[in-house]
Amino acid sequence: MEHRAALEDLLFRMADDALIYGHRNSEWTGLAPILEEDIAFSSIAQDKLGHALALYTMLGQLGHPDPDTLAFTRQERQFRCCHLVELPTQDYAVALMRHALFDYAERNRYRLLEQSSFAPLAALAQKVRGEIKYHTFHASTWLRLLGREGTDESRARMQAALEMLFPYALGIFEPSRYEDELRASGIFAGEEELRQRWLDEIIPLLEEAGYRVPPLDSVQPCYGGRSGYHTEHLQPLLDEMTAVFRIDPSAEW
Amino acid sequence: MYGNLSITEPAGADRYAEDPEKLAEFEAKIERGEKIEPTDWMPREYRRQLLRMIEQHAHSEIIGALPEGTWITRAPGFKRKMALMAKVQDEIGHGQLLYSAAETLGKSREQMLTDLLTGKAKYSNVFNYPAMTWADTAVIAWLIDAAAIINQVTNAKGSYGPYSRALERICTEESFHLKYGYDNVVTLATGTKKQKEMVQEALNRWWKPIMHFFGPPDTVSQHTAVLMRWKVKIASNDQMRQQFLDSYVPKIWELGLTVPDPNLRKNPDTGQWEYSDPDWDEFWRVINGNGPCNKERLAVRRWVEESGAWVRRALMKPDAQYVAPLC
Ligand SMILES: [Fe+2]
Ligand SMILES: [Fe+2]
Repeated sequence: MEHRAALEDLLFRMADDALIYGHRNSEWTGLAPILEEDIAFSSIAQDKLGHALALYTMLGQLGHPDPDTLAFTRQERQFRCCHLVELPTQDYAVALMRHALFDYAERNRYRLLEQSSFAPLAALAQKVRGEIKYHTFHASTWLRLLGREGTDESRARMQAALEMLFPYALGIFEPSRYEDELRASGIFAGEEELRQRWLDEIIPLLEEAGYRVPPLDSVQPCYGGRSGYHTEHLQPLLDEMTAVFRIDPSAEW
Repeated sequence: MYGNLSITEPAGADRYAEDPEKLAEFEAKIERGEKIEPTDWMPREYRRQLLRMIEQHAHSEIIGALPEGTWITRAPGFKRKMALMAKVQDEIGHGQLLYSAAETLGKSREQMLTDLLTGKAKYSNVFNYPAMTWADTAVIAWLIDAAAIINQVTNAKGSYGPYSRALERICTEESFHLKYGYDNVVTLATGTKKQKEMVQEALNRWWKPIMHFFGPPDTVSQHTAVLMRWKVKIASNDQMRQQFLDSYVPKIWELGLTVPDPNLRKNPDTGQWEYSDPDWDEFWRVINGNGPCNKERLAVRRWVEESGAWVRRALMKPDAQYVAPLC
């Protein structure tokens, strides 16, 4: 198959993002500020796990091992997720702001992929459209509730979260060495195109919701994740995630 | 033990004093098998007992989400991880439904959550025990959910409309939990040597809390009789416990697992299960706050209340409209 390396790199980036982000969101089950949010965060997390599963399955069809092996036995350096999804958080403002920043990127990524020349990816993008619409709807509702419609306290907390997370969010779009190839082959329009579309959507959204977006030229994006260099938070996450699986990786669980 | 704790306490002297005409009408209605609805007249003691029962049940759902919830991040493989996430999410949804049912009796969710933190309101004792390994979560999802189903199917026949309708909805979901739990236990019980050991040890740990689940043997009292006549209490604790043993002990044995009670057997003459005293002193110790995890569970809920207070304050702003984005 042509462009295999470029395609696989894209699939791993997306799958690992979905897996790690879903994992982080699932940590809120039972701990969210209101029961409705336990349910909503869990629901989003389940969808993300579903996306990861679909993407790892595609990799399996390209000759890689099964999804459980890919998710539960790879080394930290083999992961291609961005730093944004790795960050642990006990602050709901950070969890919600990450949710908004990440899921608007996801929405635009999948929108672009609806045109992908790689048919399975285009089909997946169509399939998850409804789910992602709900994710962004949920995020924008909360941006507004805790921003313009919230209290000074909630706005300040969310603003602080935005400032803390913005460099990480720009790290989502860390270019790979396959950008030209992905574009030329029609598999994916590329990270730069995605970044532009995301900015066009997220900046007005944040501003309307009552936040100040840090000036772009003042922000240094957090890169490294796409080439396997991660924050110190990924390894402990993987240790925890694989704790039971590692008892006997050959066993059926 | 969901609803049953509330009715083991002795009754006060004039707790049942009511207008005889209204009471007769109320009792006739229940006798005819009709449901009591929130706006109907009801005896004070009926309201009080139901509220406590539903509130305890609601707390049990959200506290019950914690021991299993801590294993979501460690679940081995996609299939289990997604199933466990969905299960725990369901339990929180049950809590939400039950708080709404309890609110129809005149107490707000906020007040109930406050009473949970101060220890004024109780929840099912089983959730004060730790889920130490992955196999514990399997045993919980199978046998605790099985016991909960017996309790809930029974209580769904009760006389209070909102509670009994909530329970019917809940039971449908619980049956999926039981299936998931059973599948999980079967996988371990028929798996590697290590997996078999894990699940046997978990069952040994959970047997006592399971025996405690339906509450201590009921005392025969005037009080119990009234609550049964009002269809607040439908079956005795021992009836439900016998039903559980009848359905699940054979299934446990069938999997090659053992029950850690040498005296457990079904008496062929009486048709009743006999078992060792499950240590009711421990049951009372745990209920009164001294179980292995009471403090931890409430500390987690307190963290939720405190760390999330700013969000709830923002939602309470009168000019802000909260739209629950789900559902
Ligand atoms: Fe439940
Ligand atoms: Fe359940």
